[in-house]
Amino acid sequence: MNLFILNALVTPGIGLIVWTTLVFILLIVLLGKFAWKPILKALKEREESIDTALKGAEKAKAEMAELKAGNERILNEARAERDALLKEARDTKESILAEAKTKATKEAERIMQTAREQIINEKNAAITDLKNQVATLSIDIAEKILKSELSNDEKQKTLVGSLIKDVNLN
Amino acid sequence: MFSKINIFRGKNVLSLLFLLFFSFNTSNLLANDLEEHAVSQSSDSTVNNAAEAHAAEGHDDKVDITAVAFEHILDSHSWHLWGHGEEAVAIPLPVIIYSSTKGLQIFSSSKFEHGHASYEGYSLQAEKILSSDANETIYDLSITKNVAQMIISMIIIVLLFSSIAKAYAKTGINSAPKGKQSFFEPLIVFVRDDIAKTNIGSKYMKFVPYLLTIFFFILLNNILGMLPIGANLTGNIAFTLVLSVITLIVTNVNGNGHYWHHIFMPPAPKWLYPILIPIEVVGILTKPFALMIRLFANITAGHIIIISLIGLIFIFKSLAVSPIAVAFALFIDVLECLVAFLQAYIFTMLTALFIGSACADHNEDGAHTSDDDVHVAKANH
Repeated sequence: MNLFILNALVTPGIGLIVWTTLVFILLIVLLGKFAWKPILKALKEREESIDTALKGAEKAKAEMAELKAGNERILNEARAERDALLKEARDTKESILAEAKTKATKEAERIMQTAREQIINEKNAAITDLKNQVATLSIDIAEKILKSELSNDEKQKTLVGSLIKDVNLN
Repeated sequence: MFSKINIFRGKNVLSLLFLLFFSFNTSNLLANDLEEHAVSQSSDSTVNNAAEAHAAEGHDDKVDITAVAFEHILDSHSWHLWGHGEEAVAIPLPVIIYSSTKGLQIFSSSKFEHGHASYEGYSLQAEKILSSDANETIYDLSITKNVAQMIISMIIIVLLFSSIAKAYAKTGINSAPKGKQSFFEPLIVFVRDDIAKTNIGSKYMKFVPYLLTIFFFILLNNILGMLPIGANLTGNIAFTLVLSVITLIVTNVNGNGHYWHHIFMPPAPKWLYPILIPIEVVGILTKPFALMIRLFANITAGHIIIISLIGLIFIFKSLAVSPIAVAFALFIDVLECLVAFLQAYIFTMLTALFIGSACADHNEDGAHTSDDDVHVAKANH
């Protein structure tokens, strides 16, 4: 009895072999078409989309960093440019100031010079005028003196006498 | 490779036995609670019914646990639900016979009246259909309990996974998986990445549908077989034979030149060829043969252990044994849950390994061929 059962246990039945073959092949075909194909496709797509998303995020991060670096660079550049502009302005201001100063000095000097020259000229003119007036006045005085000195014959004789006195007839 | 796993399995069985004999600490209360459940699982094993049945057959009133156990393990032409003898409730299943003389015949198994009656010259003895005509050769293609469960499991799997596929189509790839989709997705990804990709190599995607089918088909039938009224389909050698043969065909159809070269021109001195070539050729068959035996033996053994443990109650004819017996049966039952997954995994993993060794790209042992290895191999050339 036991031997018979054991024999039955390890003897594959033809019916089950046929049915298993049929069912299993049918299962492979059905599942392959209606289940595994769409499921595996969806899984692959999802993984790819996750992968792409992750890579995209990584890329965005890198871009962000790059952008930040770019911003920093632009900011630095702007700062440098501002400094340069300020420096330039300062220089310009200084140069303008210096130039203005020089110009003013020169102008002042020129004006001074002109003034000086004018003063000298005026002075000279005044001196000349004065000289002339002094001369005229001297002449006038001399004339008047002469007139008064020589107004009578006495006086003329005295003068001539003094004059002759001084003259050495040698 | 699989010899290693055999040793591993052997160790498992040993440690299992040790646990069995030394773990007496399981709570008796829990056992008592579960006693009813476990007894109903081995529904035939009620003392009175079994004793009556045997008494009716003229034997002594000792319970034949072996007969009860094998009744559970072997295939049946009707789906027995509960009860015994005349009170048994069973669903009759269609009997399909292809006869060399009478052609195809289909009738209900209820016509046999549990083996008591013969119908149109056919009789059922110990679940085997015999013809009264000595000249007639018959092929029993009946929808037996195993076939019925197989068809049910096929319907379950197809409906389940096509609905999951629909969920993917409906929610698209941008939403997180939900419900059963999220339960099965890790398993599918596991089979794809950890079984197929690891063992097969660059061409793995081609075999993923086959491996997934095998994995879930075995897993579901392992689980269904553990139900009290389930059929022991994965513990039937015909079932494991077919799966192994299909694996054998898939492996060898996809075998590349390298694989065949290794079999018929092994890297060994020429004078060893008369020994080596037969060994290699036999090796083609022993791999799937081991697959067949492994699944069959593991599942059948688990069922036998559970029934035997419950049977202890009837052997000792004492209710006092029941807490221990039920506790052990529960322990083994939980262990069988693990084995259900483990065996489905091992069958699938070894199938992938065999396919991988047959279509590996220029790799000596074929196993664990990754894309990087292939690149290295190409670079070395």
